[in-house]
Amino acid sequence: MTTTDPYAGERLKRTAFYARAKELNIRDAWAAWNGYKFAEYYYDAEYEYFCVRNTCATYDICPMQKYEIKGRDAEAMLNRMVTRDVKKIGLNRVAYCVWCTDEGRMIDDGTIFKLADDRFMLTCGSPCTAWLEMSVFGFDDVTVTDVTDDIAALSLQGPTSCATLKKMGLQGIDTAKPFDILYFPFQGDTLMVSRTGFTGDLGYELWIKKDLAIEMWDELYAAGDDYGIQPFGEAATNMARLEAAFIMPAMEFNEALRTVNFEHDQTPFELSLGWLVDFKKPHFSGRSALLKEKQRGPKYTLTKLDIEGNRPAAGSYIYSSKLCTKEIGYVTSAMWSPSVKANIALAMIKTDYLEGNLWAEIYYEKELRQYSRVARCTRKTKPFWAPARARATPPPDH
Amino acid sequence: MSNYDAIIIGAGHNGLTNAAYLAKAGLNVVVVEKNEYIGGAAVTRELQEGWKYSNCSYVCSMMRQAIHRDLDLAKHGLILVPYLGNINFGDGDERLLSYHNEEAAHLELKRHSPHDADAMHRFQTDLTRYSQLIRKTLMRTPPDPTSFRPRDIMELLYLAKQFWKLGEKELYEYVRFFTMSAAEYLEDYFENDLIKAAMASPGIIGTALGVYSPGSSYILLHHVMGDVDGSIGAWGLARGGMGAISNAIAGAVNEFGGEIRTNSGVQKILVENRKAVGVVLENGDEIRARIVVSNLDAKRTFTRIMDKNDLPDGIYDKAKNFKIRGSSGKVNIALSGMPKFTGVPENRYVARGGQVFTGSLETMERAYDCWKHGRWSDDPFIESVIPSAWDPTVAPPGQHWMSNFVQYCPAELSDGPWTPEKRDQFGESVIKKIEGYSPGFRDLIVHMEVRTPYEIEKEIGLTEGNIFQGELTIDQLFFNRPFPGYGQYRMPVKNMYMCGSSTHPGGGVSSVCGANAAREILMDLRRTNTVPEDDFYDE
Repeated sequence: MTTTDPYAGERLKRTAFYARAKELNIRDAWAAWNGYKFAEYYYDAEYEYFCVRNTCATYDICPMQKYEIKGRDAEAMLNRMVTRDVKKIGLNRVAYCVWCTDEGRMIDDGTIFKLADDRFMLTCGSPCTAWLEMSVFGFDDVTVTDVTDDIAALSLQGPTSCATLKKMGLQGIDTAKPFDILYFPFQGDTLMVSRTGFTGDLGYELWIKKDLAIEMWDELYAAGDDYGIQPFGEAATNMARLEAAFIMPAMEFNEALRTVNFEHDQTPFELSLGWLVDFKKPHFSGRSALLKEKQRGPKYTLTKLDIEGNRPAAGSYIYSSKLCTKEIGYVTSAMWSPSVKANIALAMIKTDYLEGNLWAEIYYEKELRQYSRVARCTRKTKPFWAPARARATPPPDH
Repeated sequence: MSNYDAIIIGAGHNGLTNAAYLAKAGLNVVVVEKNEYIGGAAVTRELQEGWKYSNCSYVCSMMRQAIHRDLDLAKHGLILVPYLGNINFGDGDERLLSYHNEEAAHLELKRHSPHDADAMHRFQTDLTRYSQLIRKTLMRTPPDPTSFRPRDIMELLYLAKQFWKLGEKELYEYVRFFTMSAAEYLEDYFENDLIKAAMASPGIIGTALGVYSPGSSYILLHHVMGDVDGSIGAWGLARGGMGAISNAIAGAVNEFGGEIRTNSGVQKILVENRKAVGVVLENGDEIRARIVVSNLDAKRTFTRIMDKNDLPDGIYDKAKNFKIRGSSGKVNIALSGMPKFTGVPENRYVARGGQVFTGSLETMERAYDCWKHGRWSDDPFIESVIPSAWDPTVAPPGQHWMSNFVQYCPAELSDGPWTPEKRDQFGESVIKKIEGYSPGFRDLIVHMEVRTPYEIEKEIGLTEGNIFQGELTIDQLFFNRPFPGYGQYRMPVKNMYMCGSSTHPGGGVSSVCGANAAREILMDLRRTNTVPEDDFYDE
């Protein structure tokens, strides 16, 4: 791309893995994420989903926002911002976090990597610079640097992911427990590997200096060839994360800072993430509002549903009876789960009605005609997909 | 010795499904299995260390999702993984690749024949219409057309309604379709021989018919009416091999308190006062129960483990004449690497998938001629798949195994009984054929399991090694399966039932026969039904 390109300002940026990804994106199925050209899928979305559940597959997380937060006050600053107790994160450990407005409405979720006592990495789906800079206010020794474009990150997920990394020569990778961070020498530099992911399955995320991205990709793919490695895009990610009952922005929650209408955003309690809110730690953004909400109970509760029949309940309303007279909630994400063989969904349901009957009114099309059906929903307490290998240390080879 | 409510003979996937639903209803059930392992023809065995063969059945599409979901087989370790396209090898250099992607599939057909590429849409549409109708009958007990019981009349009316919905023209087409040969049927659509041959091949699989034999078009349908997650006609692999299906169902049996006994072959079904009362095992042990359910094929059930004198007149002869001719063999090959095939692009998705050594309609018909003369085919039709290309659990990393379904291979040879030498010669004919398309294939072979109808019958118990427990011809389908008048899982001896592929809707790893039989049994025993209704994408 040269500066003489009159459309330079509109063209999507390319991630550090683009040179390899474009070769494998046989269907030219591109979408965008944070200004980057990003694969919707590469060959076949369903096949890629099955690689995540059956072999292993990579997801380019370069466009995910990464911030380095450094300084003596870094921990205190993060602790003031997020709802979880950052002090409890061990060295070389990762923690899932959310952060809220003073009204306790959720701004975003992300992960905090504790890389040293005074150095952290925060990752999140949407750019967060302004909020971070505001959060720094009042702390003396803390700097926030956007390192999104400096670090290349690749998520490797699936049952053969550990075997692939072992084959790649990452000795001791099998000792990593979930949320552990390990370091390996790589071409004179360091490859950071965390046992994290967004699929609910066994998986790792690989972090490397941008210049070494292609070398790392090539070594990983050479090692993974016998283990069914395959890139996957947004479509397969969305399937896998829903089976794991992980939330997505603009699906389960509307980012508070982008919400126009009153309470069309959510609180962590509404999203069933109350376990992330620690009232025992010092003050944090949204504390008093969240404390009030905890005592009162959330208006809505994000609920896992198993729905009869096999028509995905995308966009459905939830009713308290089969007659569909009283509307009590709405489906946020829905799909047929090929692994669990169930018609699964996440839904926001008015907390007062959770214990009663739940019915979804499902619309679907068949050769241009619209059909509808009312289907009984059953609440599930556990994620739809949670294989033992995702927690096992050392993990199995497949 | 404890008394059981039900004894199920044979721990194949239908027997286990039957047991699971009976146990779920609270019955005290025991499944007795002659082999030391369970699964029957849905089995995974490690005959060479590190390689896990699906020794008999090898791909899955018919498994009813409603059962998979209802028994929570995912919890018991079952996951079905779809595999991407396959390659049909013509007699010469011609290759027909069937891609999963619609656009790619169309372009590939167009390369062979622009006419056929267009005709494929009409063909798929017609086939989908036929299969939709058949699919609706799968998890329903066929009505007895001679009965005046309200239930049978209601069911006949239901069927009439479904047929009527097709419209007049399609009704005629349907009847025609049922009686035609696969090759003739395809003449209506296609002009290219390799395309015709590729489309016709499901019409002969597992059956002692040729592509030009009347009735083979229905079998074609039988192979495309399954689905994987709503994608009708798609085929998948069970992760860990086909045994994973049986093991998962066995997990459900155990969960519901059922018992499974291996190394417990049945010598005889005990009949007293025209009622089945139990079984005598080969070791002489006697087990008694309120009902006995046979998952063995109809011929084996009535001619091998029942006393002719215990049966009403005519049943023995019907069983003896039950059409269950062996027509296929299976060759499982462990390979030290991925074989390369000539004339095929190095497309990592399609080149590794399935290989169908189709030849042409002529080659397939000549292969059938050999069978008629009591010989295995000189130039066989082979349907292959390399499960290890998709499933990381069935071979060591970087190594593979290839499942080869071979047709034709007779149960009885014209030159005397099967011997180990003849079996090896049969295996050699398969290697030779594959080698023709994959030079150096032989050098990759680490281990081989060659199974002729003789081995399949001896080990699995399928008469003549017929994979469907009886041919899927119209005289043996629906309310005629296994015999006219016995299409509702109840057998001529009181308290005795059948639950295997000899019953409606026939062969395939579907679990349907076992589930349907359980529903009938529970009705007779006045228990609450535990069998779910079918679930359709095409409702």
